[in-house]
Amino acid sequence: MTMEPLLLPNIPDYHKIDVYQSRGGYEMLRKALGMKPEEVTDEVKKSNLRGRGGACFPTGLKWTFMPKQTDKPKYLCVNGDESEPGTFKDRQIFELNPHLMIEGTIIAAYAMGVKTSYLYVRGEYNKWIKMVQKAVDDAYANGFIGENILGSGFNTNLYLHRGAGAYICGEESALMNSLEGDRGYPRVKPPFPAHFGLWGCPTTINNVETIANVPLIIKMGWEEYSKIGAPKHPGLILVGVSGHVNKPGVYEMPTGVQLTDIIYNYAGGVPGNKKIKAVIPGGSSTMILRGEDIEGVAMDAESLKNAGSAVGTAGLIVMDEDTNLIKVITRVTKFYYHESCGQCTPCREGTGWMFKLLKRFENYEARMEDIDLLLDVANNIEGNTICALGDAAAWPVQSMIKRFRDEFEKRTLNRAAAMSPPIAAS
Amino acid sequence: MLSEKDLQRIEELKKRYPNPQPIVLEALWMWQEEHGWISAEGMKYVADRLGISYHHVYGVVTFYTMFNRKPVGKHKIEVCTNISCMLRNSDKIVKHIEDSLNIKVGETTPDKRFTLVEAECLGSCGTAPMMQVGDEYYENLDEAKLNNILGALK
Repeated sequence: MTMEPLLLPNIPDYHKIDVYQSRGGYEMLRKALGMKPEEVTDEVKKSNLRGRGGACFPTGLKWTFMPKQTDKPKYLCVNGDESEPGTFKDRQIFELNPHLMIEGTIIAAYAMGVKTSYLYVRGEYNKWIKMVQKAVDDAYANGFIGENILGSGFNTNLYLHRGAGAYICGEESALMNSLEGDRGYPRVKPPFPAHFGLWGCPTTINNVETIANVPLIIKMGWEEYSKIGAPKHPGLILVGVSGHVNKPGVYEMPTGVQLTDIIYNYAGGVPGNKKIKAVIPGGSSTMILRGEDIEGVAMDAESLKNAGSAVGTAGLIVMDEDTNLIKVITRVTKFYYHESCGQCTPCREGTGWMFKLLKRFENYEARMEDIDLLLDVANNIEGNTICALGDAAAWPVQSMIKRFRDEFEKRTLNRAAAMSPPIAAS
Repeated sequence: MLSEKDLQRIEELKKRYPNPQPIVLEALWMWQEEHGWISAEGMKYVADRLGISYHHVYGVVTFYTMFNRKPVGKHKIEVCTNISCMLRNSDKIVKHIEDSLNIKVGETTPDKRFTLVEAECLGSCGTAPMMQVGDEYYENLDEAKLNNILGALK
């Protein structure tokens, strides 16, 4: 199933407000402002839109967690921290279609009664922050943000907030601490952000791509939107394909497209027609799959869950038959070691231990029992930390050992062969 | 010190938040833009401007990787070596820059023009290998392209 791209339409200068408006841009905002706020939320809820930031949480349901009666101000954070290795989709929205995201933000703010929204963007994206700021300024100048939007009486503001380099700030509670001007430490949940978020006030955090889908739902209606792609995880999704493919890039598609279709048709196949050794389907935190096991697996939450992985941020990383997977997992683990915020001992220490153990494998210095030791460390991180970074560090290691144990075993051979009696025999 | 323009900007930003603390990152960015790195003097200045403690600012500066805590070269070259770039031979890119500039990762050239560091994923996986210099992304790198870029930056 192919369809016309809507998140990243192939229209010249679409990032400019006049071009965006000439194609019906900001008409969805007008439509939404003519509805009751709870009708807007209901529309999003019924569409079954699920978050595109990694956790696939139902967006409309998340919005309903915001209290209706409260004396406190309510906030919306749009998460543009995009730092998951293998993920580069939100940047495309910033560059090519910022007004769709802005329109979605204002619609979401209206639905939840939010007067102030912040778009948090990673510090490295300064060039794109400037592009988005221009779009926001234009939206203000045209009366789509600010006071009495389109004569509706609804007021809301949208501010950009620049980060300064920290993967963990993509975690929603760390993002809030960072936005408050603190170190990006994740918070213990509960309390959840909808009740105790920014400055202790009700807050919702949505990913950039999630928010960009909102105007499309308003435009086509929940019924039509929910028919796109995989029934339990419907809609449009931006899939970033990287690694060993002929045409890496971000591709817009309905959910539920087969991974093999994405790799061979969208991304032009593997250079040199090499075989695929392994695939990471949804960014570096998701579980690695063997190349021969991706047949029949599709890019949607259900299919990938059944295959023993996850959609994550839909950052599909392809590795050909000549890839040194030990080098890959060592590098990925080094990343989590570097990015662990250090609050929780299992993650702070465990990621370092895993990195040291993996270095042994990389250098052919590992003992056979180091495989299970590595697994033991990973298992003791998973589920034992405040936030999901610990899990995100453990899953790649666990799945690599589970699905490519032979790669680890090979790395002990030299040493084992040099030993007498060989350690490998025990 | 920050410029009058920056100080005005800080005053404008104060209207966006219930208290001035959230401006700390932006104020530190301003300082780094102006001075190239963030000294103890810079942290003290930012703390005083926002009415927050020096130790809080210190905690923030040491948490975020983009703040330079010592002077760096005029051009800070950050080469992504994370998974997608690694699969597309970022090792060679790092090696080529090291050889061209005659420095190792983490070092600055004696003329203070270049500092070379490895970066974590910069969100440019579809155009790997890549590097960032200042705000600019240089993508789909190869050795010939690198020679041109390094030449132009000198």
